[in-house]
Amino acid sequence: MVIRRRPQRGHRYSESPILELALQGWRSRMVGLLLLAALLALIFRAFYLQVIHNDFLQEKGDSRYRRDIEVSASRGKIVDRNGDILAVSTPMQSIWAIPGDARTMTAEQKRQLAKLLEMDGRELDGKIASDKTFVYIRRQIAPETGERIAALKLPGIHQEREYRRFYPAADMTAHLVGFTGVDDKGLEGVELAFQQSLLGRPGNRTVIRDRRGNIVEDVGAMRPPQDGKDIRLALDAKIQYLAYSQLKATVAAHKAKAGGAVVIDARNGEILALVNWPTYNPNNRQNLSGAPLRNRAITDTFEPGSVMKPFIAALALEQGKVTMNTPIDTAPGRMTIGVATISDAHRNGVLTVAEVIQKSSNVGIAKIALGFPPRDMWELFDRLGFGQAPNLGFPGEVGGRLRPWKSWRPIEQATMAYGHGISVSLLQLARAYCTFASDGELLPLSLLRVDDAVPVHGDRIFSPQTVRELRLMLEMAVQPGGTAPQARVAGYRVGGKTGTAYKVEDGAYARKYVASFVGIAPLSDPRLVIAVMIDEPSEAGHYGGDVAGPAFSRIAAGALRILGVPLDAPLQVAAADTLKEPL
Amino acid sequence: MLRLNMILLFILVVCALGLVTSQHRARKLFQELEQEQERGRQLDVEYGQLQLEMSTWATSPRIEKIARERLHMVQPDAAGRPVVAAAGGR
Repeated sequence: MVIRRRPQRGHRYSESPILELALQGWRSRMVGLLLLAALLALIFRAFYLQVIHNDFLQEKGDSRYRRDIEVSASRGKIVDRNGDILAVSTPMQSIWAIPGDARTMTAEQKRQLAKLLEMDGRELDGKIASDKTFVYIRRQIAPETGERIAALKLPGIHQEREYRRFYPAADMTAHLVGFTGVDDKGLEGVELAFQQSLLGRPGNRTVIRDRRGNIVEDVGAMRPPQDGKDIRLALDAKIQYLAYSQLKATVAAHKAKAGGAVVIDARNGEILALVNWPTYNPNNRQNLSGAPLRNRAITDTFEPGSVMKPFIAALALEQGKVTMNTPIDTAPGRMTIGVATISDAHRNGVLTVAEVIQKSSNVGIAKIALGFPPRDMWELFDRLGFGQAPNLGFPGEVGGRLRPWKSWRPIEQATMAYGHGISVSLLQLARAYCTFASDGELLPLSLLRVDDAVPVHGDRIFSPQTVRELRLMLEMAVQPGGTAPQARVAGYRVGGKTGTAYKVEDGAYARKYVASFVGIAPLSDPRLVIAVMIDEPSEAGHYGGDVAGPAFSRIAAGALRILGVPLDAPLQVAAADTLKEPL
Repeated sequence: MLRLNMILLFILVVCALGLVTSQHRARKLFQELEQEQERGRQLDVEYGQLQLEMSTWATSPRIEKIARERLHMVQPDAAGRPVVAAAGGR
């Protein structure tokens, strides 16, 4: 066989008839078909992956490098009128754990963590002993501490960024500014009232991350974060501090239970200061409850007492029923209406209308008040804003109590003239006094700074003539012979009215007082209305002129100096009896 | 014909390489931008913290305390306060 196959000389292999291919036709066709089938299978697979199954695969692919990330927005700042910060958010780290994983920490690691967190070792053990899958170990710690904990690379210990609110002015502005909860949402005060503006809206974006976690590209739609807007209050931090320190000193000197003070810019109704005592530190609110939290000036009402008298006198002047010099017989210092008797603290005899205000005669003002129909008096109170919330948008603001005039008996009408049987908040009272400081208009109050260029106008209640006469009466009240000579301010003409009201306890008047003073300064061109209220002074006097008057004087003196209001009276006259002023 | 195809192929390859390079550069620049933005955010945070620190140091009670106790400053009495008439001579 071998020999047969050996090619003969002169022949080429290809020409050999033996080697001639005798391929059957079906075999080549078979191969062709198989190849075609394989090609079709590939085409179909490609079609399946690219078209039919595309969404699923795309998603799977994306999920390997695409990330939706949230872009956090910060809460707006609260600043005073000069831009001093009253509340600001700053990022802090919160440490949380997956307890199951965290239990694998060595004793040494636990000790390090507890030390960095300033925690007790047992407390930490207690937290990771939990059978939950998520537990906060400690919230809101300093970012540097967070970095040091991250560097330890502890198992099961994670961090997240949270914002924490700080209040540099602390207890001074606590009631007005309020505070936020641990989730950065407002719970009280301005923080709650202006929640919508302050709150930031977090944005989000979809990005492609590379192997190292760096963002390499933005894909898809992006929503930019919107930081909360800053709120600029009308508050002046310096005047606030002044009012705060004076109120605190006054409450301490008279061993009072509580107190409040409000300073309003008489030209545009801006609230320049609003303080309450007792107060609290909003930066540390553990074990916080009860009395210190109450914003007395806005959310508490009290029977104001004699500070209401000037409104009645103004109404009488306005209606032309009396003039400043109309004599009123207040002898013998008592008056019986029905079964009740009202009386004066001191006997006075015949007084002019101006002297009724100066010496604060209950009998005198009751006689004037009984000259009106109840409806006129009710309308006056109503227009002055008593009985309705001041509409500041402040949480918890109250309207006080003003009963409908139809149910008034004459004795009630008489007592209401000197501020009993009606209840108001300190803020309402201060606002009503703004009518005397602004030529008879009741300005809307504002927590926020008001644009100086736009003049503020309100409801006209008294004519400028009436207001001018009223101011003279209020000035007389702080002169020797008036009820509050201690309310005078060196270098300025001031005026105001005292109030000493009995407190109602269990439906009867108790021997406890609310001493108050509301005043205007300077009188020649009113700039400030200041209201001071001291609750239950128990030592060194209880009359408004002795307790609240001096506080008014010191707040007014300091505030006028801070505002640079020009003097309108000789400095030396009253200098001798001016008390020690604060810085 | 073949020559034209070769030229087109060459151009195609050059374009493809160009695309890759520019994509790469775009990503590099984007990363830089991203880093700068992150730095900006951190500076913002730091600014907030510094503002907070400043206002904490500058609270009125602290200023008064230092003025009174360390610097021994006192409030001038009426005699020590010269009054300057406002411009326009009130």
